[in-house]
Amino acid sequence: MFAVFQYPFIQNAFLAGSLVAITTGMLGYFLVTRGLTFAGHALSNIGFAGAAGAVLLGITPVVGLLVSTVGAAVAISVLGREIRERDVAIGVIMTFTLGLGILFLSLYHGYAEQAYSILFGTIVGISRSDVWVTAWLSAGLMAVLALVGRPLLFSSFDPELAEARGLPVRLLGSLFLVLVAVTVSIAMQVIGVLLVFALLVGPPATAIRLVQRPASAIGLSIILGLAYTWLGIILAANSTWPVSFYITTLAFVIYLPVRYLAKYRNDKRVQSESNRHLQVSAGSLETEVVTNDKPFSDQSTPMKGQRHA
Amino acid sequence: MLDLFQHDFVRNAFLAGGVVAIVSGLVGYFVVLRGQAFASEALSHVGFTGATAAALLGISSLEGMLFFTLLAALGMGLLGKRLRNRDVEVGMILTFMLGLGVLFLSILTQNATTAVNILFGSILSVTQTDVLVTIGAGLATIILLACMFRPLLFASFDPEIAEARGVPSQGLSVLFLLLLAISVSEAMKVVGVLLVFALLVVPAAAAEHLAHRPFSAIILSISISLVSCWGGLVLAFVGHWPASFYIVSLTSFFYFVSLGLRAILFPRRYKEPAHPSREVFPEVPNPG
Repeated sequence: MFAVFQYPFIQNAFLAGSLVAITTGMLGYFLVTRGLTFAGHALSNIGFAGAAGAVLLGITPVVGLLVSTVGAAVAISVLGREIRERDVAIGVIMTFTLGLGILFLSLYHGYAEQAYSILFGTIVGISRSDVWVTAWLSAGLMAVLALVGRPLLFSSFDPELAEARGLPVRLLGSLFLVLVAVTVSIAMQVIGVLLVFALLVGPPATAIRLVQRPASAIGLSIILGLAYTWLGIILAANSTWPVSFYITTLAFVIYLPVRYLAKYRNDKRVQSESNRHLQVSAGSLETEVVTNDKPFSDQSTPMKGQRHA
Repeated sequence: MLDLFQHDFVRNAFLAGGVVAIVSGLVGYFVVLRGQAFASEALSHVGFTGATAAALLGISSLEGMLFFTLLAALGMGLLGKRLRNRDVEVGMILTFMLGLGVLFLSILTQNATTAVNILFGSILSVTQTDVLVTIGAGLATIILLACMFRPLLFASFDPEIAEARGVPSQGLSVLFLLLLAISVSEAMKVVGVLLVFALLVVPAAAAEHLAHRPFSAIILSISISLVSCWGGLVLAFVGHWPASFYIVSLTSFFYFVSLGLRAILFPRRYKEPAHPSREVFPEVPNPG
């Protein structure tokens, strides 16, 4: 079972996969609480065009990925200023860049194989220098996140209040999208463009339903991400099935029961209302999570038709 | 140029593309109105699993996609009663389905080319039967949508009031998701799993910028997707780049043109929707 660790490419995959799991676990928590799952999905798809362009030009895919995803993150935050239009604006950018990606690949010979490995990842192809690039980028990400973590958390839970307190909410939002872009770029080599999303959303979505405090939710989501990645790599190395299949299936299979059991637990929590009030009066930031409500992100949806009415 | 139409595959491509463009322009209007862009994206990924499973079983990919997407739409409609946190659930299903598709592909032998055809479309390989299935399913979608047009419009604009007036929102929502599944499966044949968004959402979003009455918005949306689809095909035959690239570029072009036109034609027409916490209270005159 563990004999596969003799191979250097498995070691590389393991190192890179662990780094990816840690960064996606942290970033993913903010992504889910901010309701930006679609943006995460789109950014990873946009990375496809960058990687394909890099392949065409003969440079390292990571460079192309970084350029395209960071550029798209900036474009999304400029274009989709109104929440109402965000999904569509993101979708337009996403499809257009995917179209560009397919163009780049069709210009390149060996088209289908390249596309396949960009889209679904190849743990076999990770070199030691790739691991180093991943390590540097994740270190940078964590440093930035350590700096902006608290204000980002505040503005994710209560944008209105954060704005009133003088936080640059919009700037934080753009910065956050750029961080997601970098994460997607490093995650792509391991799990592929299409499945970065599984690590970005799966572990935090599960963690949020199990624990309430942001710090413990982030911790749990990192642990879950690491477990999925390690198990996925070990299982894939011992069988003929692809690693991305194992990781996505693990993420889904763990999420499903947690979702339904946690709902039952949440219902019980509502009954102990007095207990909750005590926590709220403590007035700490963490109690915002206890209510498990995101009052501002969802209410724009029912108002869809207002302009027409 | 016109010589091209002597070939069977060219005629099939134009016929299928036209039907798909009309259906997705129509359905897309409601997708944008109901804010279900992400759901249609997820359905297209479910279709990827369907297509790979079909390739594995050796049946037509259109049938596989239809089967899987209809099943998924039914599940989404029945489960997704609560709007809140829906994105996460949709996303989880989306990646799981992709992972499953990757597994099917890895079991298949010549996986890479099959994958690329499914993901980015293969309009030039549309067969006569595919065209017939596309036309049949497209007609059924249009007729059903015409029957439920008014209540669906009502329920999409204002779900609460529609519900209060006795419109069966839940049933309509499930039915609409089923229609969406059909249109997604058809659009996948033309532009591929990854680019369904280009035909289903982008033309409708562009039309919504310019036309404010539902009827004219739908007509505009259908025209945009039809022009993009056929234009893309013509360009693909003239140039040598993939058809899906041209189609996506054209629809995106129309979207950005519509953004510009809206800024010129309707300056400041759009106001930020009144937000509960951003409501403007009348200022109390200061006595001092």
